[in-house]
Amino acid sequence: MSDAVGRRDFLKIGAAAGGGLLIGVALPGRATRVAAATRSAFAPSAFVRIGADDLVTVIVGKAEMGQGVYTSLAMLVAEDLEADWSKLRVESAPVDPAYNHASFGIQMTGGSSSVSSEWERMRRAGATARVMLVAAAARSWGVDAASCRAEKGFVLHAASGRRSSYGALAEAAASQEPPVNVPLKDPADFKILGRPMPRLDTPSKVDGTAQFAGDVNLPGMLVALVLRPPVFGATVVKVDAARAKAVPGVKAVATIPQGVAVAATGFWAARKGREALVVEWSAAPAGAVASTDALQQEYAALAKTPGLVATNRGDAAAALTGAAKTLSTEYDVPFLAHAMMEPLSCVVDLRADRCEIWTGTQFQTGDRDAAAKRTGLRPEDVQIHTTLLGGGFGRRATPSHDFVTEAVEVAKAVKVPVKVLWTREDDLRGGYYRPMWHDRISGGLDANGSLVAWSHTIVGQSLLAGTPFEDGIKNGIDDSSVEGAADMPYAVPNLRVELHSPRSNVPVLWWRSVGHSHTAFVVESFLDEMAEAAGRDPLEMRRALLENEPRTRRVLDLAAERAGWGQALAPGRARGLAVHASFGSLVAQVAEVSLAGSGVRVHRVVCAIDCGRIVNPDTIAAQLEGAVAFGLSAVLYGEITIKDGRVEQSNFHDYPILRMNEMPQVEVHIVPSDAKPGGVGEPGVPPLAPAVINAIAVLTGRRIRHLPVRPQDLGLA
Amino acid sequence: MTRLTVNGKRLELDADPSMPLLWVLREELRLTGTRFGCGMSLCGACTIHLDGEAVRSCVTPLSAAEGRHVTTIEGLSPGVSSAVQRAWIAEEVPQCGYCQSGQIMCAAVLLREKPQPSDADIDDAMSGNLCRCGTYQRIRKAIHRAAKDIAGEKA
Repeated sequence: MSDAVGRRDFLKIGAAAGGGLLIGVALPGRATRVAAATRSAFAPSAFVRIGADDLVTVIVGKAEMGQGVYTSLAMLVAEDLEADWSKLRVESAPVDPAYNHASFGIQMTGGSSSVSSEWERMRRAGATARVMLVAAAARSWGVDAASCRAEKGFVLHAASGRRSSYGALAEAAASQEPPVNVPLKDPADFKILGRPMPRLDTPSKVDGTAQFAGDVNLPGMLVALVLRPPVFGATVVKVDAARAKAVPGVKAVATIPQGVAVAATGFWAARKGREALVVEWSAAPAGAVASTDALQQEYAALAKTPGLVATNRGDAAAALTGAAKTLSTEYDVPFLAHAMMEPLSCVVDLRADRCEIWTGTQFQTGDRDAAAKRTGLRPEDVQIHTTLLGGGFGRRATPSHDFVTEAVEVAKAVKVPVKVLWTREDDLRGGYYRPMWHDRISGGLDANGSLVAWSHTIVGQSLLAGTPFEDGIKNGIDDSSVEGAADMPYAVPNLRVELHSPRSNVPVLWWRSVGHSHTAFVVESFLDEMAEAAGRDPLEMRRALLENEPRTRRVLDLAAERAGWGQALAPGRARGLAVHASFGSLVAQVAEVSLAGSGVRVHRVVCAIDCGRIVNPDTIAAQLEGAVAFGLSAVLYGEITIKDGRVEQSNFHDYPILRMNEMPQVEVHIVPSDAKPGGVGEPGVPPLAPAVINAIAVLTGRRIRHLPVRPQDLGLA
Repeated sequence: MTRLTVNGKRLELDADPSMPLLWVLREELRLTGTRFGCGMSLCGACTIHLDGEAVRSCVTPLSAAEGRHVTTIEGLSPGVSSAVQRAWIAEEVPQCGYCQSGQIMCAAVLLREKPQPSDADIDDAMSGNLCRCGTYQRIRKAIHRAAKDIAGEKA
């Protein structure tokens, strides 16, 4: 943090806290308790507060969606604070510039960037507090601060044997001006960072007390469901609400810009009411996607035409012409839904002069500003309480602020506090999918079997086009469309990547690992195709192309070694590998597969990761285990299709995700590193699909160039 | 009027008898540890015990609980259930945590029926409980750990 920020913003927040407003995830009725705990607290920055009761509260501006950020940021503070871990608590931050992303200038959680962007700021918050506590103790004892040290929540003076707890020093420390540029600990002295600390949110997640937005209850609150258009972009023409209003418990039916809301005393009545609605919708907007099959054909045709150049090294066209051997092919991946276990939900309490919102969001600043715009209130009169998120994966970071603005519109219409719930069908049919992509790709080998040419054309919707982040598109290239392809690490002398970004009425959104979820599949699959064409081992060929990428080579080697690459396997099994850089980290995976029944069975996935300096190794392992499951769901099942303009899938029977019996054994190996911290939540997803598909190619001799895998791809149907 | 016992408390509820128990628990009784995930018995997030058996409360009407005992995550008894919760903490199972109440309710029944479950038993009992965060490997470990702990307590 800049230290100037800390003091000023925090004083403002501190004042609010005294009035009981700093309630984070606290629910109505709990505010008193939090306010009481705040009294006579020492709060040297917006990120840490120490009470007379010795409790250390770390205020986290990031959304906890399962990635462990409450714990990892608390670890960063605790390390430099020399805190007693058992006295640590976490509180969800209000919306305030003090919690803006250090790089992006808004309060948000995404891009696997929480640890890298908070590494210094949170540690400095801890260090600053520690220095002030030590100074307060030294002054009260009449000794030199340099003769005192901090340890596990106490300040100690060895010479006199005096000790004082942080809580006892809080008041005296609070009277000081926070020092600037306090030095951080030497990593050699770390006691917490790099160790598997227990997650602070686990106990509440095994006894049912964890609070998600759907658990919030306000006095006089109604529960609402919204009937949304069957075709993206269609609007309400006429509503017959008579039957809906006759359902016992239904209190209001309202047409809002997003559709028709039915508000009732509870979910069941709202659902019955919504089913009883008769709504006439406008025709599909011009150019609406009629079917994903037709869209795929359009994309394939577009890929044969010149696109915008995303990267150009050497002369790929000439090198292909002059190559001893060439290969040209096409790849396809579908729209994908995030399908978090907790469908979206948002509670809004709108009053004449203020608005309070409880929701699980990754995008606080924008959501708040959008709510202000819709209500005519000032942004400072809108408060968002970020609850726990029942999964995020990008769906709760919408540049259109869809689920928040919709709930605000419902609140405006019904004029009482309201909880808008989404059903699973609403979630899967509500848009905001990982884009569908088509790739056309050619490679060339010289007479020695070296990869000398690579030409790749990508077709798919831009995530940034039409959003407030559109100015991130440079020269027509949305970097998130080509990341992982245009910047691939392999030393191919002639490389060209082109991009087409057609628009459509289907809302698209970042999905765990964003563009990498698609480019890693294409690049790492095609590399194996080229290795096969060259008659080379895929590991050996990659290593040769990574001579100048030692970190990438190291994770690849580690995964290969631990997986027993090259060693014999049980009959009917095969291995495949892939490596990919994303979000500042490198991940290599080796998948071991067989065929079983009508499909593919993945038995084991060995992962190696280099994510720079690490915070919590157990969280890294958990995120990679989860990424394997997430990636494998997309390989085996993930597909949103559109027919007659409508999304065909509706629930987990036709949009399946991985189950317990399909979970491979996942091993995680972390490369020791003192490099800058990288991301952990997303980088495990990209290599999974190509590792599995490459293994299937070895096993069956069939190269699969689309996802998900179908029985006929395996020769089983 | 529906008469039932929830977490040991006898109740008389004047609610729509066709309303799924899930919403009775969450909205009428404010027992929000039982989660909504699909509404079609496809994901297991809403798993509770009805007379000791694991059922999906999203498709179980209130009327089906007449005269019966309902247990939710908030009412898990000491013994087998708390061993499951301890194991969940020891193995650091939860990520987002949303599905875990249902996972734990299901695992508690499995361990009562099969005190030493094999991996295949775990697959059979737990494959109806989805976890999008992918905590399956840790759920499996936690169930084996709980089995060991329970056996140790009895010994």
